[in-house]
Amino acid sequence: MTQAPTIAFQIFQSILVVLAAPLLMGWVNQCRAWLQNRSAPSILLPYYTLAKLFHKDAVIAEHASPLFRLTPYILFGCMWLAGGIVPVLATALPFAPAADIIALVAVFALARVFAALAAMDIGTSFGGLGARREMLIGFLAEPAMLMTLFTAAFISGSTQLTTIVDVLAHRQFVIQPSLAFAAVAFLMVLLAENARIPIDNPTTHLELTMVHEAMILEYSARHLALIEWGAAIKLFAYMTIGFALFAPWGIATAGDWAGLPLAIAALVAKLAVAGAGLALIETVSAKFRLFRAPEFLSTAFLLAVLGMLTHFLLRT
Amino acid sequence: MGTSLAGQMVNLLAAFLLLVAFAMLSQRRVLSLVRLFAWQGAALAASTLLVAYSTGQNHLYYSAALAVALKVILIPWVLHRLIDRLDVRWDIETPINIPTTMLVGIALVIFAFALATPISEMSSTITRGTLGIALACVLLSFLMMIVRRKAIPQVIGFLAMENGLFFAATSATHGMPLVVELGVALDVLVGTFIFGIFFFHIREQFDSLDIRHMEKLKED
Repeated sequence: MTQAPTIAFQIFQSILVVLAAPLLMGWVNQCRAWLQNRSAPSILLPYYTLAKLFHKDAVIAEHASPLFRLTPYILFGCMWLAGGIVPVLATALPFAPAADIIALVAVFALARVFAALAAMDIGTSFGGLGARREMLIGFLAEPAMLMTLFTAAFISGSTQLTTIVDVLAHRQFVIQPSLAFAAVAFLMVLLAENARIPIDNPTTHLELTMVHEAMILEYSARHLALIEWGAAIKLFAYMTIGFALFAPWGIATAGDWAGLPLAIAALVAKLAVAGAGLALIETVSAKFRLFRAPEFLSTAFLLAVLGMLTHFLLRT
Repeated sequence: MGTSLAGQMVNLLAAFLLLVAFAMLSQRRVLSLVRLFAWQGAALAASTLLVAYSTGQNHLYYSAALAVALKVILIPWVLHRLIDRLDVRWDIETPINIPTTMLVGIALVIFAFALATPISEMSSTITRGTLGIALACVLLSFLMMIVRRKAIPQVIGFLAMENGLFFAATSATHGMPLVVELGVALDVLVGTFIFGIFFFHIREQFDSLDIRHMEKLKED
């Protein structure tokens, strides 16, 4: 098999992730508005916002270091890379051997570190506050995420995300209690990592509660646009990781253009359901106090560990 | 692999039991505790039913029926009435450190699994893998009885422990003889009533259900 079709697939997927991510964001916002009895904004609103931000002039604080200017590009790059590694439409991507699940978590961690550094770079109180909170959440969410991924890795015998998906999608149906545990843990991590409601409110600008928004308060125009776009891609990437681990049906193998329409249809359906589900979770739950966040995330960690343990016990 | 669908379902229910045990450990509200206890009983009954169906052991059907009647309906109802009569419906137990308790719980689960693995390898029943989970449930209920300070959660911990033992019996040996099970069920029921009476006496004596008061030898 030549490399050309798989590389074309990789390029197609990378472009698709970048372009479709704001659409997912718009869909989640629309569902949220419906559920909360507000008139919903257009599903294309995130695109308009991004376009508007790209056309504005950037204002940067006087004492900002180059790190501050560089960070939006690093964030966007990290998220895009993650979006390229995760098998969204097809397995066996040429990029995939570059990073297994551990490296994938590290890519997200890298983005987090730079976001926190940039937030502290300006020296405003909000930036530092947001950065500290983000690191608190991050260092609790990461082990839970790793444990979740390890559970899937143990089942499929590989830490390559593409191999995991191949194994999970093509085996005979077996009820795996360990995967059920891991799925719940993953959902909790997804909420925490993407600044979603029980942990952080993506729409708030209230000083006492904001985490992610506090970090990016100083950014404007194209920098802000890149960060927001990166956040959208992150949500997209997390959701597709979730699909890859817990609902890998309909995914195509690389170079198999015939399977592509089915894969796209499956992806759209899964994203629509997951987006609506996310909006539902955000509507029915209230934001936790910050000091409840460790409890929430330690529960996620616990579930992930239990998942791994039950896998060993019930493997017989 | 090669386990049947019933075996997989039993495994799933076992995992659910473990999850409920952890949820009980971390739950602060008394009412939710009772609800969780009822759920645990329901999962227990369902798994007993599945084992009975897949192994053709008829007496397990009676055990399942007993579990539903007693652990899903009667004891939760008695506890609800007690909570109403004691007027502790909205009691919240504040000073328990949940993350630490959870970590201790994980350690207990690892211990239980390590202990059960060699035993379950000797067995050939379809439910052999679940023995470790049953053991873990028992240990977690122990932990709950140790860390809780109020009387009602402690009693619920005790009842949950009986659930764990019941599950261990079904998973390891396809249940105890029916006479023994009936006896245990009756004991649990009578125990719940006696605890109920104790609650009133404790409260009359100390004006609270906090059992730390009972650790003092003299009244001051």
